[in-house]
This record gives sequence, C-alpha cells and structure tokens, in this order.
Amino acid sequence: MAEPMRIRATMAGDVADVKVLMNHPMETGLRKDAKTGQMIPAHFITEVIATVNGTPVLAAEMSGGISKNPYLGFKVKGPKAGDKVAVSWADNKGDKNSVEATIG
Amino acid sequence: MNALRRNVLKGAAGAGAVAVAVAAGLLKPTQAMAAWNKAAFDAKNVGAALNGIGVADPADSKDITIKAPDIAENGAVVPVEVTSDIAGTTSIAILAEKNASPLVSNFNLSGGALGFISTRIKMGQTSLVRAVVKAGGKSYTAAKEVKVTIGGCGG
Amino acid sequence: MKQKIIMKLLAGMAGLGIALGAASVHASPEKDRQELIKYYMNKYPDVKVEDYVYGALAFDADSKAQYDAIMEFPPYDSEIDKGRKMWETPFKNGKTYANCLPNGGKHIAGNYPLFDEAKGKVVTLHDAINDCRTANGEEAFKVDDMKTMGLLTAYMRTLSDGMMMNIKVEGPKAMAAYEDGKKTFFSRKGQLNFACATCHVQNAGNHLRSELISPVIGHAVHWPVFRGGDNLFTLQRRYQGCFKQVRAVPPPQGGTTLNNLEYFHSALSNGLPLKASVFRK
Repeated sequence: MAEPMRIRATMAGDVADVKVLMNHPMETGLRKDAKTGQMIPAHFITEVIATVNGTPVLAAEMSGGISKNPYLGFKVKGPKAGDKVAVSWADNKGDKNSVEATIG
Repeated sequence: MNALRRNVLKGAAGAGAVAVAVAAGLLKPTQAMAAWNKAAFDAKNVGAALNGIGVADPADSKDITIKAPDIAENGAVVPVEVTSDIAGTTSIAILAEKNASPLVSNFNLSGGALGFISTRIKMGQTSLVRAVVKAGGKSYTAAKEVKVTIGGCGG
Repeated sequence: MKQKIIMKLLAGMAGLGIALGAASVHASPEKDRQELIKYYMNKYPDVKVEDYVYGALAFDADSKAQYDAIMEFPPYDSEIDKGRKMWETPFKNGKTYANCLPNGGKHIAGNYPLFDEAKGKVVTLHDAINDCRTANGEEAFKVDDMKTMGLLTAYMRTLSDGMMMNIKVEGPKAMAAYEDGKKTFFSRKGQLNFACATCHVQNAGNHLRSELISPVIGHAVHWPVFRGGDNLFTLQRRYQGCFKQVRAVPPPQGGTTLNNLEYFHSALSNGLPLKASVFRK
C-alpha cells in the first residue's frame, strides 16, 4: 500500500549523511474533510528506526506534528562507503514501510 | 522483550542484541520500540510534554543550534534543523510550543549518530520552536521563534 | 477606450516603454521584455536577472532558504513519480507521448506556447499533449484537471529543466495574440480594479499585507508549482486564482484569453531557464 521511501546516503568526510523522504499523509486527526464535514481520522507515522549495518542509530517517535511526507536527515560517524543503512517506519494503524541503501 | 525495547530507546549496551535481532528480521519497528508515548504527545503544554519524555527543568544551552525560518513560508511544512554540540547527546526532542500538542517528535540517537536532526514540522501559529537535548543523564534546551502568517496570495 | 485605461494605469510606471508599446501596433515582444528588465534593474539594482526565476524569493533570503531546504528533497517527489508513470505508459495503440511530441518531449517546454499558423491560434504545451493523445486514439485530458494534465506535466516539464524560455512571436497573427495577452495583463479587472501589472510590475518587490509580490519577469519558467509542497498548480490554474483574488470572474483554463495571456507572459521570460515542479508557499 505505501509508496516507496526515498533515501540518499553519502559519506561527507568520515560522517555518513543520510536523508530520507517518507510517503505518508500524517493526519493529526484534527482536520475536517472540506467536502463531508467529517473529521479525518488520525493517521501518522509513530516510529522510525534507522540502522547502519544492523546497528540501531536512530529510534524516533513521531506525531501528526511532523509534516506530510516526512523528511528526515541524520548523520552517523563511523560508517564507510559501502555500508548499509536501513530505515523503517510504522504508523498508528499498523502500516509499515522500509528501505535500505548502500552508503555512497 | 521489554528490556530490548528500553535498550533501543536508550541506545545502551543491549544494542548489540537488538542489531542481531533486526538483521535476522525478528525485530520489526513496532516490536523494537516501546508503545508510542501517548502521554507526552497528547500533552497540551510544554511542561507536561517534557514530563512525558522524562525531562524537568532543562538547562539553557548555547551548544544547541536551531536552524529554522524567521517567518514560515507555509506553516504546514517548516524546515527545522537541530544541531547539538553537547558531548554524548542521546536524544533530541522538537517542540512547537503553541501547537495543540507541543511535542512534535523525539529522536533517540545511538551507534555513532551525531547530535543532528533535520526535519519538517507543522506549526499552527507563531511560537517558539524548542529543542530539548538529553546528554550524559542531564537535559538541555534552546529555542527560536518562528513566525507563522496566513498568506493571502497563494491562489 | 482600453488603450486610455492602460495609459492611465501606467502613468505611475514612468519611463516604461512597454506601456506605450501597448498602444502601438508595431511594438516588439523583445523590446517589451528589455524595457521591463531595465525597469526592474533600475528599481532593484541588487537583484540579479537570473534570480528572477525565483520570483518573490529573490527578494527575501529567509524565504529562499526555506525553498532551498525543501527543494533538496521535495515532499511531492512521489507525485512527480505518478506523472512519470503516466508519461511512460503507452497508449492503447502501443505508441507513447515520446513518439509523437517533438524531440521525444525533451527540452521542448520552453517553446510553448507557440502560434500555430495553420490553426490560427496559440497552442500551449497542454494542447500539444492533447493533440498527441487524440492522434493516438485516447481522449484528451481536461487542461484544468490537476490529477491528469497537472500530474503528467509535473513530470513531463522536468524533461525541459535548464532549457531557456524561447517563445517566438512572428507574423501579424502571432503579434495579435501576443497583444491580446498583453492587453489582459495590463487591463484593470474585478471589483478590486487591479491589473496583473498593478501587482507584478508596479508593486513587484513590495508587500501586499504579508505577501511579497513577484515580478513578471521570471514568472513563467517555474511551473507547475506545488503550493505548500502539496497542492499542484499549473500556470493557468494560478491565473484563475489571480482573477479571483481581484474579484474578477476567471476565464476558463485552455480558452483564448488565458492562452494568449500565457503566450505574452511566457515571452517576457525568454532567455531564462525553466525548472518545473518547484515548491511555493
């Protein structure tokens, strides 16, 4: 169901610079549908986990306060070009998605 | 399982076991993390939100840099970047103080991740964007005001 | 009567040759463009011509920084992907858009709108896409439908990124269409009685309440836009927004008025590079 996540991971000196774009409506549950007048149910990514070569580097809790189609940038010291970075998310409805990339 | 969850959140020594489990596909995001911190995210004021993430009286710090606009182009997508130069930063939380729920997100860092987070947040109105950093068992904070206007020309 | 109105409006724009050009049959589009650039350079000597493609953002570093941050990894990437899928999907007869558009659809957006002598009217890129569709047995898209024409061009126009705007106005019929577009641009309209020029020439770089007004030079190169990173607007959808904002009844997208306006409007950005699918507030 979920669109593929986009990820860019490059080495900048000895730091891996990782940028991720997730696809998600990130509904807060506080918005009204203009046409029906009904409240749009809350539907947002609640957690994001990132690993480098399997080692967790980031465990984030998110809310509807993060913009639609969440963007996340983080940096890790230690990896080398060729290492694998994986990012996955789960939302409040139990949907999930993940992506893996090789650090360039 | 509980110990593993806590370890992922704290980025402590148990990370090795988690890594194996993740690599083996045994540990998926919803399992790896503790239940979503509803209390903190539902909190309607900054104090209660910080309480929810185990922070009280964070010290003002000049070693936290918040890169955010002076005036947001669009309150639905405000780019915010937090850099913490405090040694041993283990988490960065971002709050928009006047949002209905001020706590926007909390980022736990481990395994060599630097004190740096870049993301885009929603802001309901002009307010301070606050970063709260945990490092070495203590908490620190900095804030920057971001103005939010209701534009008239977007078409 | 219309000419008198235009003259009065432009009384405030001293020394603007284009104003007089509006009244003259022998005005040249290139001269109009040069006059406007001279006008802006005079008014804003610190803003470079090449930065006019950023519109109001060229006048405000804080806004431009947000644009740069968001453009680094635009939130609407997957929407553009939808457009790419539309572009790459063959018609029922097996042919593709690339087969029937000039140069496979690459680096052509800057040539549109163009004046089609055979048809005797301005043809926009949307028209060319629809001609391609109907020639291959498909139904034409509604040009004001963001879900079809909007999404398709959100991708397709990126194939022309970097191309210089290159609108040709040659021959009396083309000139007439250009002049018609110019007239629309300079005529007061709506309950608020503003012309496009009132804001985008006379008050470019000024604030209208909290909004910074963009100059007309550089306008036409950066479409479609994703407002708030989310809401897709083609150029003519934005034209309609402007009409509504001065409380005028908006002409239909794809009709003669807006097509001629787009023809004139685009010619004013000749020589500036195109970049499609950008972020705006």
